[in-house]
Amino acid sequence: MNKIASTIIELTVRNHPGAMSHITGLFSRRGFNLEGILCASIGNGENSRMYLLVENNSRLEQIVKQLQKLYDVLKLRIRHDYDHTLFNRLHELIKGEGL
Amino acid sequence: MYYSGAQILIKLLEKFGIRKIPGIPGGANLPIYSALADSSIEHILARHEQGAGFIAQGMARSTGKPAVCFATSGPGATNLLTAIADAKLDSVPIIAITGQVPTTYLGTDAFQEIDTYGLTLPITKHNFLIRSPAELLEVIPEAFRIARDGRPGPVAIDIPKDVQFEKIKVSKWPSPKRTKIKKIDQKTIRKIAQEINKAKKPLLYIGGGIISSGAHLALRKFSGKNSIPVTSTLMGLGAFLPQGSLYLGMLGMHGARYTNLLLKETDLLLAFGVRFDDRATGNIKEFCSQAKIIHIDIDYAEIDKLKKTNISIAGDIKQALEQILPYLRRDARRQWLAHIEKFKKEYPFFMPAKKYFFQPLNFIQAINRHLAPQDIITTDVGQHQMWVAQAYTFSYPRTFLTSGGLGTMGFGFPAAIGAALANPGRRAVCISGDGSFLMNIQELATLADLNLDVAVIIMNNKNLGLVRQQQELFYGKKYIGTFFKSNPDFTKIAESFGIRGYDLGKAKQPAKMLDEALRKKGPCVINAPIHYAENVMPMVAPGAANSEMIGGQEYE
Ligand SMILES: Cc1ncc(C[n+]2csc(CCOP(=O)(O)OP(=O)(O)O)c2C)c(N)n1
Ligand SMILES: [Mg+2]
Repeated sequence: MNKIASTIIELTVRNHPGAMSHITGLFSRRGFNLEGILCASIGNGENSRMYLLVENNSRLEQIVKQLQKLYDVLKLRIRHDYDHTLFNRLHELIKGEGL
Repeated sequence: MYYSGAQILIKLLEKFGIRKIPGIPGGANLPIYSALADSSIEHILARHEQGAGFIAQGMARSTGKPAVCFATSGPGATNLLTAIADAKLDSVPIIAITGQVPTTYLGTDAFQEIDTYGLTLPITKHNFLIRSPAELLEVIPEAFRIARDGRPGPVAIDIPKDVQFEKIKVSKWPSPKRTKIKKIDQKTIRKIAQEINKAKKPLLYIGGGIISSGAHLALRKFSGKNSIPVTSTLMGLGAFLPQGSLYLGMLGMHGARYTNLLLKETDLLLAFGVRFDDRATGNIKEFCSQAKIIHIDIDYAEIDKLKKTNISIAGDIKQALEQILPYLRRDARRQWLAHIEKFKKEYPFFMPAKKYFFQPLNFIQAINRHLAPQDIITTDVGQHQMWVAQAYTFSYPRTFLTSGGLGTMGFGFPAAIGAALANPGRRAVCISGDGSFLMNIQELATLADLNLDVAVIIMNNKNLGLVRQQQELFYGKKYIGTFFKSNPDFTKIAESFGIRGYDLGKAKQPAKMLDEALRKKGPCVINAPIHYAENVMPMVAPGAANSEMIGGQEYE
């Protein structure tokens, strides 16, 4: 995984069944690439934290703006401070599984 | 007191000012209809859910207030989709409320179960699937706020039948919610004024945002003080006064030659309440290539989406205009306006000889003369729509309702019914095509029920004219699927619904018949023969630069 080419977007979202669809739907509908997702509920389960691994290209700004517009997205941060080990291990895990 | 989910819904809709709801009942929304029967809200029985959706749109577009429509689950919901998507692309505040199979059946492929939540997700501003009646107390006020505030848009609410039935105790009813409007940074305001004062050839490019925010009067003052010419998108028509030398009409694919050519001249583009749609900008790379760009729009995701700006504000355009105004210099801009006059003479918009009554532009102007400026015009989609945009003069916002973003045939007629419903005392006229009108013709029954002042004028060219035009110009005149071998007798169709029908083609004096038809109160359908070979000119080929126009050099 190339560090410069990718960025991690951290989202705090309302935790309900539709929130994930809204977020992934945005990526497919607008033709943005989504390279990885991590998601878990936080606090008392009312909200979730999501980490999206996305390509760092000219469309990133538009992705971020569209994500911020989503009703279920409460907070958005770009985590330049994170490296991608998080996702690297995930990718290893997935590779290991085969078909 | 105890209320069922359905009763809570209806009570909240009453509370939020909803007086009329178009829709069609079915198994999954019967409890809602039962509660509706006990309420003061009037139900408008449409004949197709798409009709109901567009009636709601006509109400919302003509007033700016959210309107509600109802449908049952499954096919009722899928029939609504086109109207919801249309509202999304033109930022129209409608709230679509659908019945759903009971919660325990969800996900079992039950009778008339469809994933309405999933289907409406990409075509709404936001959507909800309700899980308990208590949620309605949260969601309904929230739906009104979302639909209306910021950039308006459609909201879909799916309510399972058991939630409609379930009773809960309600001790306190929620009040309407509003979003706080963000303050605009004063430094940016002053910077924009400076740029305008400094510019030699500023140009206002305005759109639907001006109408949404009620900024038309502020715009007129703004443009007048500094003598800034105005060009409008399709969605902005009616925001600026069409008389006067500062008005340049519509830009883009079917704009006048001088308008599109002036875009290359401007040194400062004021893009206010617009989203740089390709029908307006042509090839975006070449759009206003000489100009600095100032963009103001309520939706921050529109800023820098397609065109990099020099200065921008993501905020309310009315506030922005009012705040910039005091810093604007009074300026007559003699040179720039003289240049514009020269362009208007050199590259004019050609009007045909007056003697051809059924020449499309003449015909639109004839309709224009028979109506009052406050009358509401709706159109369908096609050549007739573009002819209206080119030749009708709109002097008030919300008097021109048209499907811009989605370009949906079938929009016009139900939208006219909605406009008439929401504006008692005003006439609504749908200018349609022979193709489009057939797409929601069943609403003639709804119109007959209501006996509203709605006229439909069909510009009948026996073709899907706008597509035929493209086949002629860009596909080597290879015509396929655009000629109608059979068309009904539209006067007889109208009469069979109990509505007056007129055929101007059969009249010795068509102008007189048109006058007679429009003078009488109540609904009517008017058929007008239009020569099939008439084209909308000038035209910018899809993907080409606005300066590369075809036709419209003179009237052939
Ligand atoms: C629902 C829908 N289907 C197809 C189209 C593609 N289309 C755009 S204009 C047009 C022709 C419309 O014909 P008509 O209503 O007769 O208007 P005219 O162009 O002849 O004035 C068509 C088929 C569309 N815009 N909407
Ligand atoms: Mg036609």
